[in-house]
Amino acid sequence: MEIDCNILKLSGLEPLLVTKESNFVNIGERTNVTGSKVFLKMIKEERFEDALAVAMDQVRGGAQILDVNMDEGMIDGEKAMVKFLNLIASEPEIARIPIMIDSSKWEIIEAGLKCVQGKSIVNSISLKGGEEEFIRQAKLIKKYGAATVVMAFDEAGQADSYERRIEICERSYRVLVEKVHFNPNDIIFDPNIFPVATGMEEHRNNAMDFFRATKWIRTNLKGAHVSGGVSNVSFSFRGNNAVREAMHSAFLYHAIKEGMDMGIVNPSMLEVYDDIDKKLLEHVEDVLLNRRDDATERLLEFAETVKGSSKKKEEDLSWRNQPVNERLKHALVKGIVDFIEADTEECRLQFDKPLSVIEGPLMDGMNVVGDLFGAGKMFLPQVVKSARVMKKSVAYLLPFIEASKEDNESNKNGKILLATVKGDVHDIGKNIVGVVLACNNFDIIDLGVMVPCDKILDTAEKENVDIIGLSGLITPSLDEMVFVAKEMKRRGMKQPLLIGGATTSKIHTAVKIEPCYNQATVHVLDASRSVPVASNLLNTSNKERFEEEIRAEYEMMRQRHLSKQVIKDYIPINEARKNKLQLDWANYTPPKPSFLGIKVFNDYDLAELRDYLDWTPFFSTWELHGKYPSILEDKIVGEEARKVFKDANLLLDRIIAEKMITANAVIGFFEANSHEDDIVLKDISNDATLTDKRKSVLHHLRQQNKKGEGLPNYCLSDFIAPKESGKQDYIGGFAVTSGIGIEKWIQYYQDTHDDYNKIMIAALADRLAEALAERMHERVRKEFWKYDTNENLSNEELIKEKYNGIRPAPGYPACPDHTEKPMLFKLLNAEENAGITLTESNAMYPASSVSGWYFSHPDSKYFGIGKIAKDQVEDYAKRKNMKTEDMERWLHSVLNYDV
Amino acid sequence: MTNNLYQIAQERILILDGAMGTMIQRYQLQEEDFRGNVFKDHAFPLKGNNDLLSITRPDIIKEIHRQYFEAGADIVETNTFSGTTIAQADYHLEDAVYDINFQSAKIAREVADEITAKEPHKPRFVAGAIGPTNRTCSISPDVNDPGFRAVTFDQLVTAYYDQAKALIDGGVDILLIETIFDTLNAKAALFAVQSLFEDIGKEYPVSISGTITDASGRTLSGQTTEAFLISVSHVPLFSVGLNCALGAKELLPYLQILAKEAPFFVSAYPNAGLPNAFGGYDETPEQMAEATKEYLELGLINILGGCCGTTPEHIKCFAEVAKNYKPRKVVGQLSMVDSQ
Repeated sequence: MEIDCNILKLSGLEPLLVTKESNFVNIGERTNVTGSKVFLKMIKEERFEDALAVAMDQVRGGAQILDVNMDEGMIDGEKAMVKFLNLIASEPEIARIPIMIDSSKWEIIEAGLKCVQGKSIVNSISLKGGEEEFIRQAKLIKKYGAATVVMAFDEAGQADSYERRIEICERSYRVLVEKVHFNPNDIIFDPNIFPVATGMEEHRNNAMDFFRATKWIRTNLKGAHVSGGVSNVSFSFRGNNAVREAMHSAFLYHAIKEGMDMGIVNPSMLEVYDDIDKKLLEHVEDVLLNRRDDATERLLEFAETVKGSSKKKEEDLSWRNQPVNERLKHALVKGIVDFIEADTEECRLQFDKPLSVIEGPLMDGMNVVGDLFGAGKMFLPQVVKSARVMKKSVAYLLPFIEASKEDNESNKNGKILLATVKGDVHDIGKNIVGVVLACNNFDIIDLGVMVPCDKILDTAEKENVDIIGLSGLITPSLDEMVFVAKEMKRRGMKQPLLIGGATTSKIHTAVKIEPCYNQATVHVLDASRSVPVASNLLNTSNKERFEEEIRAEYEMMRQRHLSKQVIKDYIPINEARKNKLQLDWANYTPPKPSFLGIKVFNDYDLAELRDYLDWTPFFSTWELHGKYPSILEDKIVGEEARKVFKDANLLLDRIIAEKMITANAVIGFFEANSHEDDIVLKDISNDATLTDKRKSVLHHLRQQNKKGEGLPNYCLSDFIAPKESGKQDYIGGFAVTSGIGIEKWIQYYQDTHDDYNKIMIAALADRLAEALAERMHERVRKEFWKYDTNENLSNEELIKEKYNGIRPAPGYPACPDHTEKPMLFKLLNAEENAGITLTESNAMYPASSVSGWYFSHPDSKYFGIGKIAKDQVEDYAKRKNMKTEDMERWLHSVLNYDV
Repeated sequence: MTNNLYQIAQERILILDGAMGTMIQRYQLQEEDFRGNVFKDHAFPLKGNNDLLSITRPDIIKEIHRQYFEAGADIVETNTFSGTTIAQADYHLEDAVYDINFQSAKIAREVADEITAKEPHKPRFVAGAIGPTNRTCSISPDVNDPGFRAVTFDQLVTAYYDQAKALIDGGVDILLIETIFDTLNAKAALFAVQSLFEDIGKEYPVSISGTITDASGRTLSGQTTEAFLISVSHVPLFSVGLNCALGAKELLPYLQILAKEAPFFVSAYPNAGLPNAFGGYDETPEQMAEATKEYLELGLINILGGCCGTTPEHIKCFAEVAKNYKPRKVVGQLSMVDSQ
């Protein structure tokens, strides 16, 4: 459990968390008598039923908070506020979201606070009436359990410059936090959005001042949020909706970038940022950003030309002349439902399968929406509208899809339960996945959105489903998915778990979710992948292999992640040592290698290595990403990959036939036992340089990040029997290269301006070195150390590190210290035996070389050290008789502190 | 005493008592028991007004407290579930509210001190029980007039203030606002106790316990567990939890939410299962202990007790099981009392 920082927690019947990830929280504004004449009329005439319908519309239109304002001279504001809030409380669909109690009169605010069971927002208080009154009101708000908007207003008036804004906000903040002990996360500043382009010189910087003040508040007033009423900014352009809509969008775009995280916006008065006419946008931004002296004049002039071309006008229908695919896209991005069924039908007739409409144009359109939203160029209300269009279209297609599939109940592929997890309402992706799977003859149980964990799992058990699929779009859903995974484990469930949705990722699934559930857990990137994944998981002959692959892949991702991650929680090295991996040495006898000392392999047969090549990294070198061999069939890069693969094999033929380069290897085995984090070699008396006791010690580092229960802090020495065990253990070492003689070829290609082959031969030499390391390791297991004589693994399995024992390399995640390399080289006499030298920074030359240690214990595994703390570095330096500063330089990339 | 309570709650799982009403039923009391001497001339029937027994049959109430303490409870609740002017209005006993609460607190205090003196290594505490009243502040009782309210926030604040003051005067250690089915009522209670603390210049630990009314996972007034938690988190509570309405097993998913989110200690005192056709409760101490064991294994709670249908036998079972488990760890808890 952790305490949330910077999270504004609100509630109606359901929670609303305003976090860094929530982008922008939209406050519905139509239930405000000062802003809506229609609403005012309803309240005046006591037509509360109609007023409720307005609120309902706001909620359905995507409002996440409902602003309620009854400030009007002709009505009893207090009475109207109480009546309306009480009525809202009886409408669960409206009461679902938090209320913003909006009034300039404290009595009305207080009356409102007494009607809401959730945590609402007061809008607003300020220092306008002096500090004493401000404190009194703030204390009461705290006592009632609400958050509050604070206006940038003080005794001297409303803040109208950048300096005044931050002065008042800072003062308000100090008073609230220090004197009232107000929760800083519950403070929302409204730093005044004023009109621009008024023609008055002092208004020129109004928008810029707001942006800067917003940034300052978000940077300096910890926890506080920023809100505002956006429509004010375009006040000068009343009657010209085209300009106003563009201005609102551009304003929001910039304000959100600076940290404005909630606001009052009328979604119907908002243009999509990217769709603003470029010329208009330029003029509008000139004004907002105060970019040129004549900005206002230019915009006013330009405004005349766009007057009346607001998007609601009929002449906007020019997009109807485009091809149907484009029309669908347009409708999705703009959220226009008017023509969607006709367009969908037209599109359906063009495709052979109704499903193709979804997979094609509709998904294309939604991708555009997703991109715009992600880039902050579309806002949530607009996205909600887009979703509505999408749903409508899908709904239209559903009967056709149903009719077109072979509906044979007895012949179902399997039963899959889908649900959007608790706290999340997004279901477009999940619905598409459901449709796609259903079309592929899976039986789908869709539990809808906001499904609590126990409901998902109870249903899964009751219905005996084969797979459970969880979906979510918002970040907190990730935690919920982890929770569901843990619960599945606790219940001892066996069903594979699929994870999908916009915020989910393979890395998160690998790092956070899969380890919580001891059964197959797979991230599914998009709907199209759901079918092969589900088929594989339910296909008895494939299932095991598929699950293994996923598991191995995720394990690798976890390790990579660990090595990159900045972990905040570290434990002292002594504690980490106490939490070492405990192997059962009493019941284990370390296998003895077939020889002790070293063995040299010169001019290794390259033909033998060909089958051991791992091609995937080769393609990465060429920036072609994908797994070999499937990359050759890849739709996008496949053709390019096939070309380069063909060339590579041609060159490889030559390299082997003409012995263009030479490969060498040296391996060695030594008697060893561990002592704490070190591995102590038995006296190697035939080497004079190793008489110094310290030089027969291999030093290793230990993971120092705080681990969950049952997870050890690994160190490579854990895999070697400690002296106290009384068992003699062994360690191996190796150094291989395939780069002998490569320089002249590189020079040759360079001279002939053949960059292609210059890169090609280097890339192939790298692959050959890796292949040689792989092959030597295999021979070590089978022939030389002989602890796995029966091993029979394919190259694919070798690449996936399916073998017993490991061969970590100095400088890599498990032993990141390069200064251990000289010791390895000395033990193997690698320079003489293999022709590999170490540079002053302990890099190997030729570059196409690999060296490392062999560990034989069956429980030994690859891991990453992650980051380490100063106490370990000091201890390690001492062990190695090096200066801490030098050690820090070598270990720079793994330090958890700055030097 | 109070700081002691925070410390103990960090070290082990605190055991709360079980049902008062279930125990009182065992005595098969009659109208005259409820009236005693004090209310013998009251114009309205009083049978069933359990809170009154603290005045008219303190011997029984003390005996029940004693049984719970002896079963292993660290905390007993005062016999004041209906001790507000609003709830007592049903019996036309608004005027007796101060005495009911003061006497209830006083006798529970006496028993707690008596047992603590015997077992000083295990101090016993008294929680002043503040019930939900029988009216809801955010739901209309009239289906044809959804805007109507049978009680206002201000009326509730007054009623809760009076009850809390008498409980504190009588010597309770904790104020326990419980069986919350409408969060707005609870917010009024929180408002009242904050005002009271301001007026007396001293703060007491405040505990809150909500009630999930059915399998929808919501309170009667429609809030989800998480929304409920957010709505009462403005006060630095001693604990937040759930009680009543559901059995131990059914409570589990909602406790998980609280355990995940709450920066306070978490409590649970479920019913002995769901009521049977006769309004009785069937779960045996062993069955319940088995179900609550799951809370303990998952490390969800700090305080465990029983609600409707539970007895000293249940509490004994809980105490025995709970002593083998560590309490849930709380991060960033603000103590109202420590901040003083």
